[in-house]
Amino acid sequence: MTLDASVRLRRGALDLAIDLRVAGGEVVAVLGPNGAGKSTLLRVLAGLLPPDDGRVAVGGRIWDDVTGRTHLLPHRRSVGMVFQDALLFPHLTVSDNVAFGLRTRGVPKAAARVAAAGWLARVGLAGLGDQRPAQLSGGQAQRAALARALVGDPALLLLDEPLSALDARTRLTVRAELRRHLAEFGGGTVLVTHDPVDAMALADRVVVVEQGRVVQAGTPAEVNSRPRTDYVARLAGLSLLSGTGWGRSVRLDGGGVVAVAEEAAGPVFAAVRPESVALYLSRPDGSPRNVWSARLVGATPHGATVRCELAGEVPLVADVTATAFAELGLAPGVEVWATVKASEVAVYAR
Amino acid sequence: MRGARSRTRVPAPLLVPAALAVAFLVLPLVGLLVRAPWSSLGPALTTPGVGQALRLSLVSATLATLVSVLLGVPLAWVLARSAARGRTLLRALVTVPLVLPPVVGGVALFLVLGRQGVVGRWLFEAFDLTIPFTTTAVVIAETFVAMPFLVISVEGALRAADARFEDVAATLGADRWTTFRRVTLPLVAPGVGAGAVLCWARALGEFGATITFAGNFPGTTQTMPLAVYLALQRDPEAAIALSLVLLAVSLATLLLLRGRWLGRAAP
Repeated sequence: MTLDASVRLRRGALDLAIDLRVAGGEVVAVLGPNGAGKSTLLRVLAGLLPPDDGRVAVGGRIWDDVTGRTHLLPHRRSVGMVFQDALLFPHLTVSDNVAFGLRTRGVPKAAARVAAAGWLARVGLAGLGDQRPAQLSGGQAQRAALARALVGDPALLLLDEPLSALDARTRLTVRAELRRHLAEFGGGTVLVTHDPVDAMALADRVVVVEQGRVVQAGTPAEVNSRPRTDYVARLAGLSLLSGTGWGRSVRLDGGGVVAVAEEAAGPVFAAVRPESVALYLSRPDGSPRNVWSARLVGATPHGATVRCELAGEVPLVADVTATAFAELGLAPGVEVWATVKASEVAVYAR
Repeated sequence: MRGARSRTRVPAPLLVPAALAVAFLVLPLVGLLVRAPWSSLGPALTTPGVGQALRLSLVSATLATLVSVLLGVPLAWVLARSAARGRTLLRALVTVPLVLPPVVGGVALFLVLGRQGVVGRWLFEAFDLTIPFTTTAVVIAETFVAMPFLVISVEGALRAADARFEDVAATLGADRWTTFRRVTLPLVAPGVGAGAVLCWARALGEFGATITFAGNFPGTTQTMPLAVYLALQRDPEAAIALSLVLLAVSLATLLLLRGRWLGRAAP
């Protein structure tokens, strides 16, 4: 069941133009900042919002085709959708919530109840079927919502920020379970999220959307290590520098030169991981070929390290240990020297 | 936030008018209770006319509420959910009976459904049906003035309900009608209940439109409010007795339904 979508939609300030392909069994994360149009894309795929132009086909069946004047209503599409807040029907029991999609499709009551019980057991909610949704915790409600979406064995599963309403601990466990269920699921899955961890943990492929456009697509590892926009770089925690390759160096568009380990030519990105940046109070001697003077403009604790934002000829982010931060007497406004080994800089074509 | 203990102190400029308002609303009812001829209440209430008027009032108000629910809930849905263009105008039109003097409503109904009226003449000629001055006319007059209360209440409940539940239902294979029955309606049930109570109370007390359109015939169109008004001119004690009955019925309804519907509608 392959999803083949090409969606064009204008709505207020949003101008959406996205092409998306999801193979059966594949999980594609649509990653992007708020207002990028991710949720709108899901609504179009679900049929809740007709596109201005474009085409949506699943497993060869056409769901939307604006030129062909086809718009399949949402209840005729084989989809399962999970929203940020579980949105279990408050007036139905958990079991009736899960059985809802079967009942609307004509499955007899008893059979629907058996199937619901089976799914509740699969998501770890066995025995809670008679409860009201209000009696469930956030994590339990989201599990029930997943069971409700999957019980009808849809061709396409749409997850709209399914973990972002959960507290940090619950998110970890629900994420792990979701990963397991997605691995067993035979249809295509589109996961909308603004959390890169969700995308990395759950998706086979990541599509980054900014302002209604796909700005980058690839495996989570690719996107993580070779960001193409500042937004992705920030998510991955990298400093992204754009410039022009010149032998074993990159002349940055913003001024400055970065020495790199491989030959590079033409327009390139140079990405620097924060942990590969070292800070000194005086200019260090010796091997590193990249030494820049910079001023510390911001510092935020980040686990056992402190993430330092540097302003200067080459804007960088550096992670130093809390001990080093204290020993060096670092504070916003302090002038420092930043060094990066040439081999620690990733260079790739723009 | 029922049961919250600590409140800010009420400033005097608010406290005095508020106290006056309470007195204004409660004193007339106290007066009614004080002046009630408690000893002769029994005989006054057992006269056949009273039972007749009370029964007619209860039946017609209940029928008017039923009609209002059957027609008003779908109308509220259209006002709250549909993307129809003239919605604002439509809402203004259907709420006119809220502000219209009921007598004017009665006159208007008479002009449409009377024997010379646009619809009334056709009904008479085609089916030999006459509406004015019948019990049917009482129900119609009461529905006319009371339905807007239900529509407004249900529309408010629909707007407050999370429309994403309906999206979920659609992705689960429910067409719009199934969604309405199995999701929307249960979600707004407290609002429908509250609206029905308001509607019923308004219908029970309806006077102007009823007397204009349905007249004042004991047994067929003389409801309790009409009986009270008439009695006041001949026998004030009987009027007080009848008023007490209406007051008791209203309070009983309020108490009976408060916990079940109103309490949930406004927690």
